[in-house]
Amino acid sequence: MDKNKKFLAAGFLVSLFLAGVVSFYASSHPDGLEKVAEDIGFIETAKDHTYADGALADYGVKGIENERASVGVAGVIGVIGTAIVGGALFTFIARKPKKSLNK
Amino acid sequence: MHIPDGFIDVQTSAIFAGLAAAGVAASLKGARSQLDEKSAPLAGLTAVFIFAVQMLNFPVVAGTSGHLIGAALAAVLVGPWAATLALTVVLIMQAFLFADGGLTALGLSTFNMSIIAVWVGYAVFLLVKKILPRGKPSIVIAAAIGALLSVPAAALGFTLQYAMGATGTFSVSTVLSAMVGIHVLIGIGEALITGLTVSAVLASRSDLVYGWKDNKTELEIRRG
Repeated sequence: MDKNKKFLAAGFLVSLFLAGVVSFYASSHPDGLEKVAEDIGFIETAKDHTYADGALADYGVKGIENERASVGVAGVIGVIGTAIVGGALFTFIARKPKKSLNK
Repeated sequence: MHIPDGFIDVQTSAIFAGLAAAGVAASLKGARSQLDEKSAPLAGLTAVFIFAVQMLNFPVVAGTSGHLIGAALAAVLVGPWAATLALTVVLIMQAFLFADGGLTALGLSTFNMSIIAVWVGYAVFLLVKKILPRGKPSIVIAAAIGALLSVPAAALGFTLQYAMGATGTFSVSTVLSAMVGIHVLIGIGEALITGLTVSAVLASRSDLVYGWKDNKTELEIRRG
């Protein structure tokens, strides 16, 4: 494995660990915007999310009762999904037209 | 700072969706000329890492949490164009998979976090880097200060959107001071995480850090 691949693999593993394990310990208090909206009062203008009942809504997997596992699996799915979408996008962008002609 | 549907009216949301789309289109073009086979996977990894760290809400003051935006971090690691795209990918994943950030508000959030926070963070980074002596510690400090200011900058973006199209009737100045106040504090967390991450990448693979490359080139020229 060359050193670029090693670095990518290490970064990916760190991300998996953060989203899959550490995320359980994250603060569940409202974030800055939510808190401001609550304090001032415009939180009531918020509408339910279109996918509020989605299988992964609010970083939990529907059907997994254990909270630690639920957020962990959601995090792992998010990391892998972002890697696929982000990887595909940036690989596509970086493809130089010259290269594809030479192929 | 993921905005739910409903806070901002449909017209204003549409305007910012247009602005965000224009910014993303420009970034696609910019990133195309900047990224190569070596840096493209790193841009993907940056998106992945930001997604993961955005899950880690840290406590700020009583009853409030914050999490990394990652805009300045991404700009320093992979350049501002790719940073906008990385942040946008993260916001899209969060909105569509995790019901985090409203769908009609996606343009508003993208404008604030993928565009304002990226360019303010990057501009401050360049400015501070210019003032400080050359060297890796300066890159870390410049990235951290860029990160610190990028968060209240995004909060100002929200306040502008609120002023233009709030569905609530509360005064803009109340929202302005509350948003900037809390997000300066969240910015401190942003600065710490950004500084630590940039310093870790600089220590292991400084050749991959976009914000460090100019330095390196100039040093090499002098040596030659």
